[in-house]
Amino acid sequence: MAFNYEQYLRPGKLPHIWCPGCGHGIVLKGLLRAMDACHLDKDRTAVVSGIGCASRLPGYVDFNTLHTAHGRAAAFATGIKLARPEMTVLVVGGDGDGVAIGGNHFIHACRRNIDMTYVLCNNYIYGMTGGQFSPCTPMGDKASTTPYGNPDPTFDIAKLAIGAGATFVARTTAFHATQIDKLIAEGIRHKGMSVIEVLDDCPTAFGRRNKFRSVVEMMKRFKETAVPAATAAKMSAEELQGKIVTGILHREERPEYCEQYQQVIDRARGA
Amino acid sequence: MSSPRLEIIERYCKGCSICVEFCPTHVLEMDGFLATVVRPEACIGCMQCELRCPDFAIKVYKE
Ligand SMILES: Cc1ncc(C[n+]2csc(CCOP(=O)(O)OP(=O)(O)O)c2C)c(N)n1
Ligand code: SF4
Ligand code: SF4
Ligand code: SF4
Repeated sequence: MAFNYEQYLRPGKLPHIWCPGCGHGIVLKGLLRAMDACHLDKDRTAVVSGIGCASRLPGYVDFNTLHTAHGRAAAFATGIKLARPEMTVLVVGGDGDGVAIGGNHFIHACRRNIDMTYVLCNNYIYGMTGGQFSPCTPMGDKASTTPYGNPDPTFDIAKLAIGAGATFVARTTAFHATQIDKLIAEGIRHKGMSVIEVLDDCPTAFGRRNKFRSVVEMMKRFKETAVPAATAAKMSAEELQGKIVTGILHREERPEYCEQYQQVIDRARGA
Repeated sequence: MSSPRLEIIERYCKGCSICVEFCPTHVLEMDGFLATVVRPEACIGCMQCELRCPDFAIKVYKE
C-alpha cells in the first residue's frame, strides 16, 4: 500500500526545491519511513541541518527542525541533546557541510559518542554553490574548481567516523532505497553517535561534469558497485577497488555523552 | 485480483524517469517530462516506482 508520507510532511511544501532526480528526495523519503518505523513523536524529535541542498531537508518535515550555519549542525544538535536528553536528535547534511567546513564538529560529536543520528548525504560535491569539489570528490573526477581532475585524496567518511569514535556506522546509496530506512532506523535505536552515510546523486553539479548521461546512469553505477559488508569481508583490497561497501560497518557499546555529563552535574551538586 | 491503482501527481513529477527505468514490467513511460501509466494491467504492485521517486510524485494503491 502507498506509504503515507504526507502525515510527516509540512503541508504545502511540495514540489521540493531539489533538481530532477536529485537523491536528496530519496533520502528524505527513507528518513520519514525510518522515523515512522521508530514511532518518533513529532514533539520529542528534532531534525537539525547546516547549509547546502541536503541541508534543506528539515524544511519539509513536520517535526521540530533547526536550519543552522554551514558546517555547524552537529554543534547545534549537541546543544539540543544536552539541554533535552529525552529528545531524539537527527542531523542531516551534505559532504561539504559535514566533513569539509563541519569536519571538526563532526569528529568531536563522534568522539563524545553523543546520542544522535547523523545522516550524511555524500554526493561527492558542493551542489548548492555550483559544483566545487569537496573532500569526498573522487580523485581524478571533475568539479567546477577541478576542471582538469581532482588531485586530492578522498575522505572515507565511515572510516573517519569510526576512527573518531562513532559507535554505529553504516553506509548505503540512493539506489538502495529500502536499506536507507532500515539503517537510519537502526541508527535511531542505537544509543550513542550513529553515522549513516548515503552515497547520493547530484546529477546537476556532479553527474553532468563526470560523463553520466542521466540520473538513471548514476543509479545504475550505485547498483553495480555496491558490495554488502559480509561479502566485502571475503574480498581482497584489489577486488574492492572502486566498490562501495554497504550495510552496518561498525557497532560497539560505549558510555554515552549525556549520561556521562549528568554524572558531572550530580557530582557538582554533591549528590 | 485486479491490478493495483497507480496515481501520478503531475504537479510534483520532474521527469527524471527513474520510475520508468526501474519498473520491472514496463508499466510506465515518459511523455516528455512527465511519467505516464501506459500498461496498467501489467503492474505487479512491487512498489519500486513509488519507493524510488525522489519527488513523492507516484503512488501505488493495492486492494
Ligand atoms: C560559512 C559559509 N561558507 C560557505 C557557504 C557557501 N556554501 C553554501 S552550501 C555550500 C556547500 C554545500 O555542499 P554540501 O554540504 O555537500 O551539500 P549539497 O549542496 O551538495 O547537498 C557552501 C560552500 C556558506 N553558506 N557559509
Ligand atoms: S544541485 Fe545537486 S544536490 Fe543540489 S538540488 Fe540539484 S541535484 Fe540536488
Ligand atoms: S508498482 Fe512495480 S510494476 Fe507497478 S508500476 Fe510501479 S514499478 Fe511498475
Ligand atoms: S520518478 Fe517521480 S519525478 Fe521521476 S519521472 Fe517518475 S514520477 Fe516523475
